[in-house]
Amino acid sequence: MDEFHARHASVVEATRAHRMKEAVPLLRDSDKEDLLARFHPDYKRDAYRAIRFGPNQGDETVHELAALLEGDSPLGQDPVDLSKPDYRVDVLVLGGGGSGATAALKAREGGSTVLLATKLRLGDSNTVMAEGGIQVAVKEDDSPVQHFVDAMHGGHYKNDPALLKVMVEDAPFVVNWLDSLGVLFDRDEDGNLKVKKGGGTSRARLLACKDYTGLDLMRVLKDSVLNEESIRVIEFAPAVELLTGADGAVTGAVLRNLDTDQRIVVQAKSVIVATGGIGRLHIQSFPTSNHFGATGDALPLCYRVGARLTYPGTFQYHPTGAIHPEQMAGLLVTEAIRSGGAHLVNKSGERFVNEMEARDVVCAAIIRECMEGRGVETPLGRQGVWLDIPVIDTMNGEGVVKRRYPGMVRKYGRHGINIATEPVLIYPTLHYQNGGVHIGVNCETEVPGLYVAGEASGGVHGTNRLMGNSLLDIIVFGTRAGHTAAERAKEVEHGNLTLAHVERFRAQMKAAGVTPETTSPMLLPNYVRRPSEAVETPA
Amino acid sequence: MLTEADQNLITVEIMGNRHRVPEAMTVIGAMWYTGHTMTRGVGCLGGVCGACATVYRTKDDFALKVGLGCQLKVEDGMSFFMTPFYPTAKPNYRIDEIEHPKEELFKYFPESLNCRNCNACNKVCPQEIDIKGAVKDAVKGDFQAAADKALSCVMCGLCVSRCIAEMAPNMIALYARRTWSVFYATKHERLDRQMADIEKGRWNDEWQKILALDDAGMKEYCKARR
Repeated sequence: MDEFHARHASVVEATRAHRMKEAVPLLRDSDKEDLLARFHPDYKRDAYRAIRFGPNQGDETVHELAALLEGDSPLGQDPVDLSKPDYRVDVLVLGGGGSGATAALKAREGGSTVLLATKLRLGDSNTVMAEGGIQVAVKEDDSPVQHFVDAMHGGHYKNDPALLKVMVEDAPFVVNWLDSLGVLFDRDEDGNLKVKKGGGTSRARLLACKDYTGLDLMRVLKDSVLNEESIRVIEFAPAVELLTGADGAVTGAVLRNLDTDQRIVVQAKSVIVATGGIGRLHIQSFPTSNHFGATGDALPLCYRVGARLTYPGTFQYHPTGAIHPEQMAGLLVTEAIRSGGAHLVNKSGERFVNEMEARDVVCAAIIRECMEGRGVETPLGRQGVWLDIPVIDTMNGEGVVKRRYPGMVRKYGRHGINIATEPVLIYPTLHYQNGGVHIGVNCETEVPGLYVAGEASGGVHGTNRLMGNSLLDIIVFGTRAGHTAAERAKEVEHGNLTLAHVERFRAQMKAAGVTPETTSPMLLPNYVRRPSEAVETPA
Repeated sequence: MLTEADQNLITVEIMGNRHRVPEAMTVIGAMWYTGHTMTRGVGCLGGVCGACATVYRTKDDFALKVGLGCQLKVEDGMSFFMTPFYPTAKPNYRIDEIEHPKEELFKYFPESLNCRNCNACNKVCPQEIDIKGAVKDAVKGDFQAAADKALSCVMCGLCVSRCIAEMAPNMIALYARRTWSVFYATKHERLDRQMADIEKGRWNDEWQKILALDDAGMKEYCKARR
């Protein structure tokens, strides 16, 4: 048993029997709103400021993102030769996660020549880490309408109804497509697709591959892309600037090869931006569940060409991010563990919120416990509460935890912690960007030739995404973006490659009296110990 | 938070150079701590993408060990390097063009028959998968067993680097898993029924109603159905 757990977790075991008999009621709407307003990070005023120019002038977002949106193009001092593009394709896909891979496959299916450029490797993404599942209505008592109702309620009624409708109705078709590629969803004893319940939902409709859903999906999608010889893939080459034509349409992009620092100019009839999330901005200093490359690149790139953002100030903090041991800080403990029956327990051994409330409510409750002195402190000073996982085995029989959550068992097992017998410490972790670039039902933006799919887009989840709807989002909208971009390629010619949008952007910046704090996109976070600290300690 | 002074410093060797780093750091953490900027070798930082495969030795031990750099803790006297890429021969196959997956295994992966039971792949797998067993299962035609074994494969490529028969065990297992799912796993009538219902427009009237609702109407509609 982990040393810290051995010394501090006994209150969890001592109170388990009592807690198993307890029913914690769901909060009324007014109590929920009060809890969020007082404790959820989205409501912390001094973490926010207004965006000073551009399509979202006057809208508020966190400082970290505002700085990037108002950031300057990295193509400043060093002119790029745009007269001879290195690649000329129908469709350029930026991003190598679930939505990018799907978009590339679908664009290819639509007859386009495709280049997929990704910052890290194809498959390095948030998708690969998804654990809990993908939502699709399959049971008799369920329907796309019911799925819509759950997501709309969870999203605080801020979801774009048109986007949400297409997502829930496309759901069985895209799941069928994944199945046809070889994603191996769990079956129940009767051989039917096994469904589980997720937080905030009224029906069980999560399909999963144990707790490795994202890994299986990404493995299969990556293999499918690699099997398509005609899809050109360039890794370690993120976009640093989009390119526009005479009428302001997006006509390509400039990539930077991270190995060689060389720039790559791509001319494309459509650009699909599928660059994922923002966790590595560490908004409000939260740890994050996100992968190394999740620096929100879509937002400044699209903002600079004139695309509008939806709900740019709302972020999802996943309630159960590991905080101990330190090596696991920020890593997700899947929500499926909560829907499987685990309890959230404070320092005194008490439950303090119904574990199946939507994520933002559960987060706010955990933050409240810690701020009001009922949290537990780790050896390195992080605050959190207990997640009593062993109660699942107590309720359902020994071996259930090990069977249902092999990924989680392994992750903690590496550090000598057995989650079937030990509770773990958790705290909210920065997990997902609820908002993003505004899109229509076919992923179109206000800028011709620019499409956005997946986490980088906004509207479908309102201001709070439900578990299992992100994996659905990326495949549905990756599909739509791919199809639409392929159709556009048949109808238009290649446009000129210019940086005119950068000039327009700089003029707006100047008129607003803004001096940029940084260039954007960020590309990668910098965790290297700072030069002033890095005195070589003789070994 | 503990300061550096509180943390014990240990000695590790990074690609041959010795450094002092705080104990209880991960391999990737130690790289950043010692000033290495990393582009390759960092991925999900969560133990599932295989970007950070690390090979190492510990003090006074000749044995080579492996781990994932984002999770593996450094120890005093450890000598490591990271292997972010290994050239892997991967046959191209279209899952929708395969007709006889068990026979076609040998068309795409003829080298799968050459396993000499050396067990190097099993010893090097950071996920502790019986990947040799998965290859044997696939060759025998037991694709379900191969699929089960390969569930947690993060495609790090270490098995490819060690196989003396020069096959890619991870790719063989993935082929078996994908084709097992498509050809042999039970079908899903419920999904077919939902697709048929949607194509028939079963909920179209309801959608018309819903999309015409104003904010207050939407709240009322949803709450009544929760």
